Amino acid sequence: MNELKFGVVVFPGSNCDHDAYYALNKLLGFKVHFLWHKENDLKESDVIILPGGFSYGDYLRTGAIARFSPIMKSVIEFANKGGTVIGICNGFQILLEAGLLPGVLLRNISLNFVCKDVYLSVENTDSNFTRGIEDKNVLKIPIAHGEGNYFADDYTLNELKDNNQIVFKYSSDKGKVSEKHNPNGSVENIAGIINKNGNVLGMMPHPERCCDPVLKNTDGQLIFNAIANNIFN
Amino acid sequence: MFKAKVLVKRRPSILDPQGKAIEIGANHLGLTNVKNTRIGKFIEFDVDVKDKSKAEKEVNLYCNKLLSNPIMEDYEFTLEEVK
Repeated sequence: MNELKFGVVVFPGSNCDHDAYYALNKLLGFKVHFLWHKENDLKESDVIILPGGFSYGDYLRTGAIARFSPIMKSVIEFANKGGTVIGICNGFQILLEAGLLPGVLLRNISLNFVCKDVYLSVENTDSNFTRGIEDKNVLKIPIAHGEGNYFADDYTLNELKDNNQIVFKYSSDKGKVSEKHNPNGSVENIAGIINKNGNVLGMMPHPERCCDPVLKNTDGQLIFNAIANNIFN
Repeated sequence: MFKAKVLVKRRPSILDPQGKAIEIGANHLGLTNVKNTRIGKFIEFDVDVKDKSKAEKEVNLYCNKLLSNPIMEDYEFTLEEVK
């Protein structure tokens, strides 16, 4: 399983690229390559990570410029052929701008940058990113963002529900989904979604930031290990 | 009452990193003829006075003291009477 190769894209302004590398390679033992945004070679990666950060300074709109980076052409082709892609935080914003996932991320309703641990109810336990973690259906994962307020129109929301594309919702530690546990105003507490084919995941919380046992929380490992178990099976 | 529409732009000699970064995106999109992209701010608001010259005075104060920094930015505005 550790033969799985991850590619972590590095945009100007990415700041979770090394966290992802550390979690995947040093802690979990996967092969990991950095993929520079100006290149177009995915270096035979099995899974592409678009990391968190502030690509291109978040100018214009979050993810708007990064989406046209040369590497993204290859990432979009890869995703359209069924390749596994995960966008975390700013990576999620880039996936939305690229049209690989539906909807948009607005400014947090509080107008504050929110940086804290949140609980996520796992809404879809039959995705490549969650299958096998059923016995832990509430994950504790940190968020850190100013623009994580997910919005989609009713038509898109219904489509997301009909296709079981909503993977994570903000919840209480017991998995109760309510407005009280919504950190940013996201419609229906949505924290992470997949595309129709189930090979592209976008999520605001940072699983790479909770993999190291020294931090007393390794829930992030569950997601990366689920991917490793699922995409080779 | 008047509707004010204000445009704030960096002065031409001031570097605009945002415009430069966006133009990289434009080039990747295939728009190689696009040059000199610069980002400004568009701001609109109402001024609830009857007299146009009073409205102009208020808009100028707003622009000079808050909406722009005259050292690095220029502004222009239009005023349109609204019922």
